[in-house]
Amino acid sequence: MSALLNNVMKNKVVRKFASPWRLALLVALVLIVISVVRRITGANDLTSAGLSSATLRFTIPLLMAGLGGLWAERAGVINIGLEGMMIAGTWIGAWFAFLHGPWIGFLAAAIGGALVGLFHGILVVKIGIDQAVSGLAINLLALGAARYLSGVLFIPNGGDISVSPMVQQPGYLTVPGISSWLLSINGKNIIILSDAAGVLAGFVTEISWATIFLLITVPLSTWILWRTRFGLRLRFCGENPIAAESLGVKVYRTRYMALAISGMFASLGGAYLSLVASQVYREGQTAGRGFIGLATVIFGNWRPSGVLAGSVLFGLTDALRVRQPTSIHAALLVIVILGALFVIWSITRGRMKTASITAAAALFIGFIYIKVPIIPNEFVTFFPNLATILVLVLLAQKLKPPAMLAVPYREREEGH
Amino acid sequence: MKSRIFWGIVAPVAAIVTSLLLISGILLLKHTSPVDILKAMIDYGFSPRNIVAELNIASGYYIAGVAAAIGFKMMLFNIGIDGQYRLAVFFAAVVGGLFTLPPVLHVTLIILVGAIVGGLWGSIAGYLKVKRGISEVISNIMLNAIAAGLVAYLLQPTRLGEQAEGSNNLNTPIIAPSGQLPTIPFLGGQIHGFIIFTVFIGLAYWVLLNKSTFGFNLRATGLSFKAARAGGVNAPKMIFVTMALSGAIAGLTGMGTLLSETHSYSISFPSGYALTGLALALLGRNHPVGIAFAAYFWAFLDRSAGVLDLNGVPKEIITIMQGTIVLSIVVAYEIVKRINKQQEQKLVGSASATLKVSATTEGEASA
Repeated sequence: MSALLNNVMKNKVVRKFASPWRLALLVALVLIVISVVRRITGANDLTSAGLSSATLRFTIPLLMAGLGGLWAERAGVINIGLEGMMIAGTWIGAWFAFLHGPWIGFLAAAIGGALVGLFHGILVVKIGIDQAVSGLAINLLALGAARYLSGVLFIPNGGDISVSPMVQQPGYLTVPGISSWLLSINGKNIIILSDAAGVLAGFVTEISWATIFLLITVPLSTWILWRTRFGLRLRFCGENPIAAESLGVKVYRTRYMALAISGMFASLGGAYLSLVASQVYREGQTAGRGFIGLATVIFGNWRPSGVLAGSVLFGLTDALRVRQPTSIHAALLVIVILGALFVIWSITRGRMKTASITAAAALFIGFIYIKVPIIPNEFVTFFPNLATILVLVLLAQKLKPPAMLAVPYREREEGH
Repeated sequence: MKSRIFWGIVAPVAAIVTSLLLISGILLLKHTSPVDILKAMIDYGFSPRNIVAELNIASGYYIAGVAAAIGFKMMLFNIGIDGQYRLAVFFAAVVGGLFTLPPVLHVTLIILVGAIVGGLWGSIAGYLKVKRGISEVISNIMLNAIAAGLVAYLLQPTRLGEQAEGSNNLNTPIIAPSGQLPTIPFLGGQIHGFIIFTVFIGLAYWVLLNKSTFGFNLRATGLSFKAARAGGVNAPKMIFVTMALSGAIAGLTGMGTLLSETHSYSISFPSGYALTGLALALLGRNHPVGIAFAAYFWAFLDRSAGVLDLNGVPKEIITIMQGTIVLSIVVAYEIVKRINKQQEQKLVGSASATLKVSATTEGEASA
């Protein structure tokens, strides 16, 4: 069997990767547009170091929830319980950080999350109950357990029924030299160059070590899922569990592991919220981020890099909303200009349908830009949800979810 | 048939007992006597004042449960009840607060607006499922968030809401008396008049499902999409209609509170009806009477939780209990399903064995 798997792995499917040059060109183009818009509108926050570091802080929890969803769904199980697993992470992280420091907090959250994920696994894989029911029940149980345990453990330690005592956060990294150099360029107000420096400065100034470690999980997930035997088997279970089993893959065991990893990621995202983003556990801190994580999986077409892109986009809107609502208005102009450029590019390629749909969307956004001076907060809040539905409606043909996603599977019993 | 009814009752009871045992374990860890706590909960929960409150809460829960059950009959998981209910009760309150109409007409209009808004919002998920193949679980989760955002946006004082002076609470304009439903005095309290509609919804659900062609098609499509389609049922249309119907019923969830109690929508309207509705449909096995018992039980747990804090037990233990009940009930059903399947296989096996035996003896006789 392993020979066959090896063969499958050697015959890698040739895929079209975006060439690094094209990507660089695209980034440069976006930067130029943002820079120009910043000049015109005076929304200086768009390229500030503060915004990019805030974006990073808002991105990580969504990213971890998204990776959690990705790992589960790649193995063929949908994880509605991500929200509950994040709640578990916020609570466990805060409690153990309070006792033994932030790193033990993260470690405990990882272990606790893995256990909750495994619990979901036993319920849906072994017993075979409905995946959505199990997920929802886990959300409810996590909420109840967190409140109950807060009453028992936080109140005697100077906390509250819904708030933990303050905890210490992990250390920060500021890259010496580069950070101050970038910030000085940012201060000089040179078009494009200062903007680029501002954005980059946010990534090298006072960045939490936790952020760095958690970001590494993106390439790590890609590597494990697409370049190792374990990852191949895991995805096999999501695409065709019957065939996988006939080739000797232990479907149940693989799915258990996938769900343990899923729970671990979601829980780490929760711990990041309570340990890095606010240094205190607060009830309701996750605020539906588990569900947005589920959305980033769709948005990212079931790929870690796509999940990252989706989380950055949703993290950016979150950061803009919290920092300076007027810059969201300016961001609309950026979208309109980029949309117009995309229309021109599509026309030169002869893709008239894409061009007309994009043109209509760009005109619509342009209309909003002119008519609505301040985008209401509520709309920004549900932007990720709306965007996901639009992606599902418009790009359903291009999305490639695992073939047997959320379809229950029973291993053949021994002796038959 | 007899064994089906037997197992249908054993499973929920087993689930409740399991959760009681778990809670007792937690209480014993805290050196609290589970028996004392249970007694306190029953004394408090069955006091006349609380029975009235429980009936009012249960009435809303029941409607959410029926909405979920209709979906379940079609193998649809309507997790969007939250959004459908919120949007529906909000718009019903707004339209109801606009003008004065003759009494019966006004109330009817408010109820209709609720059902239509809920139905329309629910049908979005139905459309996405039928036309785009998008799982109703995912689309409904997204639609819930959008509905909550829309209502929060529209409730601002500059738009459709208003803010009483000196209060932080936002609400819609108060509905005129012609659009209010009287309450029924009971045990010294006031029961929402809408509870009569609730009973009617339960009856209509039963008739629709068991006595109509639509109900037959619905159950058939739920059991097997392909077989129903081969049998001439327009299965995709059934999915769409069921989702819309489920949404329309979910849209009535908050009507009791709106028509007989608050007379306006405010941000203090409860959330979480989706999970409750789904749990009740599971606990009541999609049966109108079963859901009614489940709804009252759930409301009893909610209310009697109030006495726990007085006894030094955090009342969140009830949330844990409800979560455990949901899990143990589905686990119990799954186990029962497997036992039944094994028995059937045994029956089929022994029946085919006797057939074979009789066939061979017949063969021998003719020879």
